[in-house]
Amino acid sequence: MKGSTRNLLVGVAYVVLLGGLLWLAQSTLNNYYLRILAVIGINIILTVSLNLTNGFTGDFSLGIAAFMAIGAYTAALLSLPVAMKTASFPGLPEWLQGIAAPFLPATIAGGLLAAGVAALVGVPVLRLRGHYLAVATLGLMVIVRIVANNWQDVTRGARGINGLPPVSNIWWTFGWAVITIYVVWMIVNSPYGRAMIGVREDWLAAQARGVRLLRTRMLAFTISAFFAGVAGALWAHLITAITPSSFSFVITFNIVVMLVVGGMGSITGSVLGAVLLTLLPEGLRQVETALASGGAPVYGLSQIIIALLAALVMIFRRQGLFGGKELRLPGMVERE
Amino acid sequence: MPSSTATLLNVERLGKSFRGLQALEAYSLTLRTGELLGVIGPNGAGKTTLFNLLTGITPPTSGVIHFAGVDVTRRRADEIARLGVARTFQKVRLFPALTALENLRIPLQTHERAALWQVILRTPGFLHSEAALTGAAHELLATVDLQAAAHKPAAQLSYGQQRRLELACALALRPRLLLLDEPAAGMNPTEADALMHLILRLHAEFQLTTILIEHNMRLIMNMCPRIQVLNYGRLIAEGAPMEIQGDPQVIEAYLGQAEAYAAD
Repeated sequence: MKGSTRNLLVGVAYVVLLGGLLWLAQSTLNNYYLRILAVIGINIILTVSLNLTNGFTGDFSLGIAAFMAIGAYTAALLSLPVAMKTASFPGLPEWLQGIAAPFLPATIAGGLLAAGVAALVGVPVLRLRGHYLAVATLGLMVIVRIVANNWQDVTRGARGINGLPPVSNIWWTFGWAVITIYVVWMIVNSPYGRAMIGVREDWLAAQARGVRLLRTRMLAFTISAFFAGVAGALWAHLITAITPSSFSFVITFNIVVMLVVGGMGSITGSVLGAVLLTLLPEGLRQVETALASGGAPVYGLSQIIIALLAALVMIFRRQGLFGGKELRLPGMVERE
Repeated sequence: MPSSTATLLNVERLGKSFRGLQALEAYSLTLRTGELLGVIGPNGAGKTTLFNLLTGITPPTSGVIHFAGVDVTRRRADEIARLGVARTFQKVRLFPALTALENLRIPLQTHERAALWQVILRTPGFLHSEAALTGAAHELLATVDLQAAAHKPAAQLSYGQQRRLELACALALRPRLLLLDEPAAGMNPTEADALMHLILRLHAEFQLTTILIEHNMRLIMNMCPRIQVLNYGRLIAEGAPMEIQGDPQVIEAYLGQAEAYAAD
């Protein structure tokens, strides 16, 4: 059997296995744990897609919260029931007021709009590299937040949007996580991905060898933004309430730490980083309350430990846990 | 077969100044298909600047470059590369984390590219073109005698191997013009000789028009029927090796003025 066919079948087997585990979780875990599990799925989407820009292309983007916000608001405005729209959004355009879109198209629209904005801002922003790019994408986050705060008719400003249909669950988040991993994996192992890695390794040599720099970086940036938008939509319908301050730098920081701890340039590393660093704070939060037996709970302990962990990884294993390498899943064969 | 008398590269009064420093001035060249031109000159004479201008890596301040009848003066470096101008760098530039094979795939893939949806769905057409790419990469590795290193990261190759891999990367673009910037720099005489034989072989086999920058006089005098000499950004001599060797300006550029030494 050819290696690619075999890997495809093994991949399908893993997805079926994941489905079984999710079903098991669904039937045994309580809502608290199911929500954590759903958030793990969302963080996998965010970390794996951020890896495409920050890890593979070498463009250190911090725009993730901005794209999440765009995806979340777009999907929310599409999926809200008509009755709620007429009550809370009198200023909304008529065509939008009449729609109550199902979750899947709303999610996809959120991703597409995020990707569209990325394509638009990408032209000026991707003239920059390194720290300059990081700062410019951070600026994008500030702009999106200000727009969300002031565009009262559409976003309801600082009051935010609540009462979203609670349709997001582990099936949606892990379904999208599987799609994200698949798409990013296929792109990375293709001419597009090789061009991205070439740009990261030596952009001058890449250009001299025929690589279109802007187009390559733009592709990574927009695909990454698409999945961040999708993740934003999934998150909004999990929490069911969003405000402009939901999409702060804290989210970007957390995802970047997951990426860095897992190892930039490794998809399996991203998955592991997302899982570990979603579970760890939840576990530590319980320690915080447990330590409270004498007096007040030691709130903040978990954040300090996470920050220390990130610093330790930077000092002792800068390449992250996986160091840019992929964990080869049992049963998969290496393709030349 | 391309006609050997057709002009492939035509450069007119090319100039580049960096904040007042004239790196290259009024440089002209007419290169016919199949030629092998040597460019020599002391350090800082403008040789690498010339290559950077020809490949679009730095834009010229004045002058015009025509390649295969197309004005490429203001084109981007990647466009010029895809038109068929390939180069190596004075200091080796590879993709260190990628294997030798993957290093070759990047320039090879410029001529065949699947659409994004074909990549994501892994269509038979895409898988076929990937297999063809792998085959072509192995052939190129054989050309520069690096088959054994196919799956080693470029960073782990020896210096001589890196030089040869970089040459193979240039060939992978299927170029019509090859620019080699001191390909034998840092090599021992045996390695340098082997590399020069390879370059001569490629030039003869594929009628590959080549411009060679080299410091090693013995090599360049033996290889190139025509040589240009640059000094302080200006073309000071041009001709066959014998003419160049006897040119008083060239001798002065390399050895300094007789009076200057006498006065000391």
